[in-house]
Amino acid sequence: MKAGRTWAWLTFAAGTAYFFIPLIATLEFSMRMRRGIYSFDAYQVVLGDVRFQQTFGYSVLVSIFTILLGVLIVVPAAYWIRLKMPYLRPVVEFITLLPLIIPAIVIVFGYIRMYGSNSPLPFLATARGTDLLLIIGYATLALPYMYRAVDTGLRTIDVRTLTEAAQILGAGWATIIARIILPNVLIAVLSGAFLTFAIVIGEFTMASLLNRPAFGPYLQNIGANRAYEPAALAVIAFAITWGCMSVIQVLSRFAPKSANQPN
Amino acid sequence: MTDISASDFSRQSAPRVEARRTRLPTQWLGVAPFFIFALMFLILPTAYLVLGAFQNDRGEFTMENIAALSQPSILAAYWISIKVSVASAILGALAGLAIAIAIVRGGLPGWVRSATMTFSGVASNFAGVPLAFAFLATLGRLGLVTVLLNSVFGFNIYSTGFNILSFWGLTLTYLYFQIPLMVVIITPAIDGLKREWGEAAATLGATQFQYWRMVVIPVIWPSFLGTVILLFANAFGAIATAYALTGSSLNIVPILLYAQIRGDVLHNPHLGYALAFGMIFITGLANVVYIWFRMRSERWLK
Repeated sequence: MKAGRTWAWLTFAAGTAYFFIPLIATLEFSMRMRRGIYSFDAYQVVLGDVRFQQTFGYSVLVSIFTILLGVLIVVPAAYWIRLKMPYLRPVVEFITLLPLIIPAIVIVFGYIRMYGSNSPLPFLATARGTDLLLIIGYATLALPYMYRAVDTGLRTIDVRTLTEAAQILGAGWATIIARIILPNVLIAVLSGAFLTFAIVIGEFTMASLLNRPAFGPYLQNIGANRAYEPAALAVIAFAITWGCMSVIQVLSRFAPKSANQPN
Repeated sequence: MTDISASDFSRQSAPRVEARRTRLPTQWLGVAPFFIFALMFLILPTAYLVLGAFQNDRGEFTMENIAALSQPSILAAYWISIKVSVASAILGALAGLAIAIAIVRGGLPGWVRSATMTFSGVASNFAGVPLAFAFLATLGRLGLVTVLLNSVFGFNIYSTGFNILSFWGLTLTYLYFQIPLMVVIITPAIDGLKREWGEAAATLGATQFQYWRMVVIPVIWPSFLGTVILLFANAFGAIATAYALTGSSLNIVPILLYAQIRGDVLHNPHLGYALAFGMIFITGLANVVYIWFRMRSERWLK
């Protein structure tokens, strides 16, 4: 058993080295901008850059709308399937897995061909329409994560009893979903939301091919033209991802662990 | 009574004609947004490309586009994509498995496991352009590791033919999200190995080696192989990291498709569709195999 533990420590140490050296190197590189001494100049340059603020703001806005769209689509569907149409579950699960099978670049390629200016649904004819299409594309990318998060949340509550109780009290469907189901799965929805945010904030492919001024294309552009700023941006991006995952971890502590009653 | 008739208990109550007529559409109303969304923004756009791959400019059916994929530059792109994806999937899976076994079975303190799982959650989502920046800052020509190896040990890794803008450079970078993804997925499978199996094997006189070879590996094998395939698809569709890392110097399929969408570099729109179809075909095939392995592995983990 002693040898086993040594081996485990060695594996863990090797993993730690592989994962932390790039982080340390990036941090170090990002502080090398001023010759000879370490400084936060690169961060100052980046954070003071108007285009950074604009693209980051744009991406935050887009991710908020993505989350709203995702919730609007996923929550009623997942609820309804749990309550009334369990036979549709395999179909829906398959559809939500499709974005993992079809690469994002293929999906956006399809959008560009299908929703061009001359098509019956010319999303790409206007800037607003393209923004909308980008939000839709991101909602598609986030679909597997959002659906799984919401479905896990629904599993922990007794959907049927809650629904019937609400119906007896005279609630309509909109009221049931908005005021009974959503608050009960809010923590699950929020986990999905933060995961969506982490995915969307720096996404490059879709934003770039749809020509939107998002954070991902800005990152790529800086990477191609500057030396120290990319490292600073990488550190910022890592911090954002870390922040999102930490929030999810904290949220999971508040989530109910199992169903009160099996459905 | 009308409220209850909306729930499916109404099947037992006497169905009125108009109630049945109004119930049919409302039944589908709840899932309609989801299905319309999936149809319009996931299935139809993909189907459009797939159909386009089998059509010529006049809209007639043809296999020419698929046949045209066999030109050397496109084949080379598919080949390097497959190589990078396979290498990063297999190496990532092995390293991830080793880490998962170490944290579950290695007798390490509890904080090691929770810290590793948390970090894996973060690192598996740390991909795209920033990841490329991190590796350029580490192993680029001015990167910390490159400089330290050169100044401390007098060893220039670039003199050995290594280049971050190459097959191995890209593979090493992809491992940064592949290994954590493996850890996240495979740890529950390692947890599923019951202690009793080890004790039973020991009671029957099995050595540690025999226990691993005859019990652990056969049980983990399907989920291991399944995850390898998932990692493969994960790397195969990725573009942002490679694009930010290598520009267009490493011609993997997604980068070629990106250039095609931007500027029709292949001078044939339908060849672009065929390129996209080829990507879906490969990741789709990988996922079919994945689902099959998944179904087999779930039998053991109940």
